[in-house]
Amino acid sequence: MPEMAGLDEGTPLFAQVADRLAGEIADGGLAEGERVPSTNELAAFYRINPATAAKGINVLADDGLLEKRRGIGMFVATGARQRLQARRRAEFTQRYVKPLLTEAARLGIGTDKLFALIREAGNERESVPL
Amino acid sequence: MTTAISVAGLTKSYRSGSGLLHPAEEAALDDVNLTVGAGTITGLLGRNGAGKTTLLRILAGQEFPSSGSVRVLGAPPAENEDVLRRLVFVREDQAYPEIKVGQALRVASWFYPNWDSALASALADDFGLRAGKAVQRLSRGQRSALGITIGLAARAEVTLFDEPYAGLDAVARQLFYDRLLADFAEFPRTVLLSTHLIDEAAALFEGVIVIDRGRVVLDAAADVLRGAATRVSGPCLAVDALVAGRPVWERRQLGSQASVVMIEPLSAGDREQARSAGLDLTPLSLQQIVVQAAAGMLAPVPGAGFATERTSA
Repeated sequence: MPEMAGLDEGTPLFAQVADRLAGEIADGGLAEGERVPSTNELAAFYRINPATAAKGINVLADDGLLEKRRGIGMFVATGARQRLQARRRAEFTQRYVKPLLTEAARLGIGTDKLFALIREAGNERESVPL
Repeated sequence: MTTAISVAGLTKSYRSGSGLLHPAEEAALDDVNLTVGAGTITGLLGRNGAGKTTLLRILAGQEFPSSGSVRVLGAPPAENEDVLRRLVFVREDQAYPEIKVGQALRVASWFYPNWDSALASALADDFGLRAGKAVQRLSRGQRSALGITIGLAARAEVTLFDEPYAGLDAVARQLFYDRLLADFAEFPRTVLLSTHLIDEAAALFEGVIVIDRGRVVLDAAADVLRGAATRVSGPCLAVDALVAGRPVWERRQLGSQASVVMIEPLSAGDREQARSAGLDLTPLSLQQIVVQAAAGMLAPVPGAGFATERTSA
């Protein structure tokens, strides 16, 4: 198997590179105003074709999340983190709540029971020392 | 995008059989049409005997087409000194005369105008090739390493690799992929790499061309293929409801469970439907798609969604 630093072969690689970068920006790992890795750095890190890496960067640039500074490289645009977090919140129901409800329905777990399970898991999480 | 290689209506036949009265012609390549964009890495894939080597030998000017046109860097390569100096061809099990490794590299350095001696030395070091060793006494893997070293250090505008790593272990092959990517990033050129180790090399490719029995059966951007086919599994009725009237590859059934491969991208609505019906969706990897194509399973299905042009970023 190829070792692509966690990318998988079943989804377009450029989209995965874009997702990874977006995730880093949303989590603050890449701060606004910070330089993002170059195409060649990404290609070497993920062991992928540089054109594929470039396409991933372009997805974010076209979206206004990255801005090009001529001759230096790509930088995280102002407001990018906020926009990405807002997008994630908007997708939360679709990505997490709906699948949860589907699986719960399949198992016959009612809404009350589901709330109880969530509260319980939440309490456990909060009591775990970081 | 500029075109580095263009092939139109290429057919190559060999005499076959012993019938003196009825000499049979066997087509190694049959009406091949393709273009390779300049500055891309393209995978040339297919089963053994599919015609990959014949195609590469013709591109490298080592054989003449029976019919059709072949242009490399704008001109037919055969007996064309100008094209051949701008092209390097690393073949599987390359034979060498009785010389030492250092001499082989020096001869190559005279021939290729963009030769990089520093890169050649670094690669020879990486692969543990000693300059003083006789090429004839190298192991199969070391001979492959020498071919790879020449192929990369030549920095030729068109670089053709035909299964270049016979006898190389997984570590050495990874070294080859890493060095190829690193040098390509710095000095972009047109690379056509034939391999049966699709899984290992898939991430290097911007485009893939799959040949089956002398014909091109798939020619697409690698990233377009990833996720272009999805295995749908689950309750029969739900599977059938989702894929009804749409192109699929294979359908397997066990009791009330069915599994099919859908060969068009799934919409958000499809995914929603699959989720609520309890269907399992698994995207096929590039390797799995290529294997289907190379086995002739992909044979022109109208509307199969693979007639996509290869694109370049």
